[in-house]
Parts: sequence; structure tokens; C-alpha cells
Amino acid sequence: MNEFAESASRAAQLVASGDPELLRIVGLSFAVSATATIISTTFGLFAGAALAVWRFTGRAGVIVLLNTLLALPSVVVGLVIYMLLSRAGPLGSFGILFTPSAMVIAQSFLVAPIVAALTRQAIEDALRDHGEQLRSLGAGPFECALIIAWDERIALLTVALVAFGRAISEVGAVMMVGGNIAGVTRVMTTAIALETSKGDLPRALGLGMVLLFVVLLLNVLIGALRGWRLSGDQRRGVVA
Amino acid sequence: MSFPLIELQSASVHFGTVAALKDVSFALSRGDRVALVGANGSGKSTLLRAMHGLVPLTAGRRVLGETPSLRVAMVFQHPFMLRTSTLSNVELGLVLQRMPKAQRRERAMRALERVGLAAEAGRIGRVLSAGQQQRAALARAWAVQPDVLLLDEPTASLDPTAKREVENLIAEFSAQGITMIMSSHNLGQVKRLADRVLYLEHGRVLADVSTEHFFSGTLPDEATLFLKGELPWA
Repeated sequence: MNEFAESASRAAQLVASGDPELLRIVGLSFAVSATATIISTTFGLFAGAALAVWRFTGRAGVIVLLNTLLALPSVVVGLVIYMLLSRAGPLGSFGILFTPSAMVIAQSFLVAPIVAALTRQAIEDALRDHGEQLRSLGAGPFECALIIAWDERIALLTVALVAFGRAISEVGAVMMVGGNIAGVTRVMTTAIALETSKGDLPRALGLGMVLLFVVLLLNVLIGALRGWRLSGDQRRGVVA
Repeated sequence: MSFPLIELQSASVHFGTVAALKDVSFALSRGDRVALVGANGSGKSTLLRAMHGLVPLTAGRRVLGETPSLRVAMVFQHPFMLRTSTLSNVELGLVLQRMPKAQRRERAMRALERVGLAAEAGRIGRVLSAGQQQRAALARAWAVQPDVLLLDEPTASLDPTAKREVENLIAEFSAQGITMIMSSHNLGQVKRLADRVLYLEHGRVLADVSTEHFFSGTLPDEATLFLKGELPWA
């Protein structure tokens, strides 16, 4: 219990002191995970929407595979990307292993199946309820998916949040392809792992609390935005 | 005799192993006001959807005649409103027709005025009352200037006032020359709005007669029994 109290105090000190190392770590964590979320969300939204409306042989198998990828271990993604980007690998000539770019690639691969699977489910459910009415108005399959995706934009924003949460909290992939190099590829999760191995548990836990706090702040912000929008709609019943 | 707008020839529709429509032949001609009557599960909705082309036929043919670019609109029992303004909801069919923005906005506004919802144009479609949503759905259908209007139990979930308002609008659209076919459990409404009745049972059309004949003439036994069960509630 003492250790938790000490960790909380260390976390508060770290934030209050504006420790440049901490700021760099938090900044890189955000930059890497936000970029990966944007890339994977863009790809995942289209892939999920296409899968929701496109009927083809083997579709059921693709959906099972996609749902299986939800449980993709981050170290496996890290390993595969490492093998691709290492000097002997097919993409070794790019020379981006142990750089933030490699970390973005790894997290994008890790998170894209989550966005695609949840998007497919959300759009398919809505299409089951309303697709026929849209088709009766002349919408083709992809127009149906686009209209539904736009109508379900709040649900899809939550999907993007889930993706970001998964990306910023994973450690295996960024550790393998980033290498946890101080000042270059060190992010919050790899820093926590390092501090733990050094035995500085309060600092590790303090970093963990900072990570949680930052994600919590983001969630509160988006929740407030959503609540403001919903209550605005109900209060005014109008579109501004 | 006028040439049919939409014709089903020996049409059958199956959902898995369930036959929803069996060997139905039916032609809808310009100016028709047809009511589909029958118990739940008799195939009324499937017939409407088959006429629109929303469900594939497992046997038979759907033939479009007379007008090469026939415009068909459909209104459902529970209309789907997007999380956007009522005006944008009414515009949706026109957006899908790639109509220029100014033109479609003007047309959608006119449609809302037509159904008495001009004052609600800026309100979110989903927060309107059930009756208003159904009127907005009628405006959305009317906005595409349809040759044929398909109505699937359009007043089934409405209170009496909303029911009357929607019914009046359907009557107006019909009087304006829009060919109409609707399913309904409300036999009073059938009397008021239709001049031809199709009675369906287990996916088959058992009677295709004038409204007058349906309520006073000789019918197959099944239809007579149905009427005996239904009339006291009409």
C-alpha cells in the first residue's frame, strides 16, 4: 500500500516538475499511437464497411479470421514487422527498424483488425434494420454503407477511441520494433517495462498512472463532446 | 385496358426454406389504388418488396412496362430517419439521384410543406413524433415524384389523429395521380383508400377483386372467414 502511495506521489511529482524526459516520452507515445490510430481507422473503416456490404465466396471465413485477429498478441505483430523491416528482411532497405515509423507500422497492423471488425459489426447491424429502406430510395450497397457509417458516426468515434486505447497501451510491438532507445523510441509502456526491470517500481507505477490519466483525459474530452452534442440535439431538437 | 406499370409473373420468393410468396401473378396499372389484405405472415410485405425489386424472386419474373425510367417509392411502417435534419432526411432520395443541391433543397422543402411539416424542417428527423416521422417519410417518397407509391402498413403504429393525417395525405397523393398499392390491416382504411383489393394467404393471392366486391360479393372461403373475423374491428 505504501508503494502505491509513493507511486501516486511520484506520478504527481513527475507531472508537476514538467520533467523533460517524461514530456518527451508522453509526446512520442501520443504521436506514435495517434498516427497509428489515424492510419488504421482510415483503413479499418473502409475494410469494415466493405465487408459489411460485399457478399463473396469465403466471406464467412474472412470474418472469422478478422475476429480472431482481435486477439492478435502484440509481440507477434512486433515479431512479424521486425522480420519484415530487419536488414535481412524484404523491407530492410528502408532502414526504419528502431525508429518511430516502425512503431507506427506495428501499431497500425495491431489495431486495424479491431477497427475493421467493430465497424463491420456496427454497419451490418444497422444495415439489417435499415438497409432495405435505403435501397428503396435508390442507394447501392456502398452508398448504403456510407450513409450508415455517417449515421453511426458517434459509435465509430468510440471504435477509434478503442483503437487508440489499444495502441497506446501495448508494449510488445513497440518494444520489438522500436528498441526502447532513450530519446528516440522510448514510449510510456516501454519506459514502464524498463523501470520495472531496473527495480524502480514507484517510477514505473508513476508512469503507468500518468499514462492512465492522459487516456482518461482524452476520454473525458470525447465523452463531454458527445454529451454536449446529444443534449444539444435533445434540447433544441434542431441542427445548428 | 392500360398497360401494366409493374407486373409479377408467377413470382415466388423464398427466405431459406420458407416460401413467403408462391406463384403470384399480379399487374399494377397506372392509376390503380390497390390494398393488400391478409393475416400476419400472409406475404403482403414480401409482395410489396418484390414489386419494388428489393427481394430477389426465386421463381417467376418482374416486368416493368410503359415507362422506361419508372420511379417507385416505398413507405414503411417504421420509417428510418437519419440523425440529421428532417429536411436532409427528405432530401435523401434526391441526393441519391444526384440532383443539384439548390434544386433538391427546394423540392424537399416543397414536399415538407405538402405534408404540413415545413416548420419542422430544421429539427432532427429522429426526434419527431411517430406521426410526424411517417409524414416526413411520405414527403421523402413524394419528393422523388414517384409513378408508383408502395406503402407497407403506413398507419399501423400511429395514434388515431396521426392515422387520419397520414391517410388524408395518401388519399391526396392518390388523387393527384400517383399509382398506389398498400398493405393494411385496417379494413375501414381499405374501403376509404382502395378501389381494388388483393387477399393473400400463406403467400398466395386468393382474391383479386374490386373493393366493392371484396366487401359485398362472393369470395373464396378463406377470405370470407378472414372478413368475418376482422369486420367487427374495422
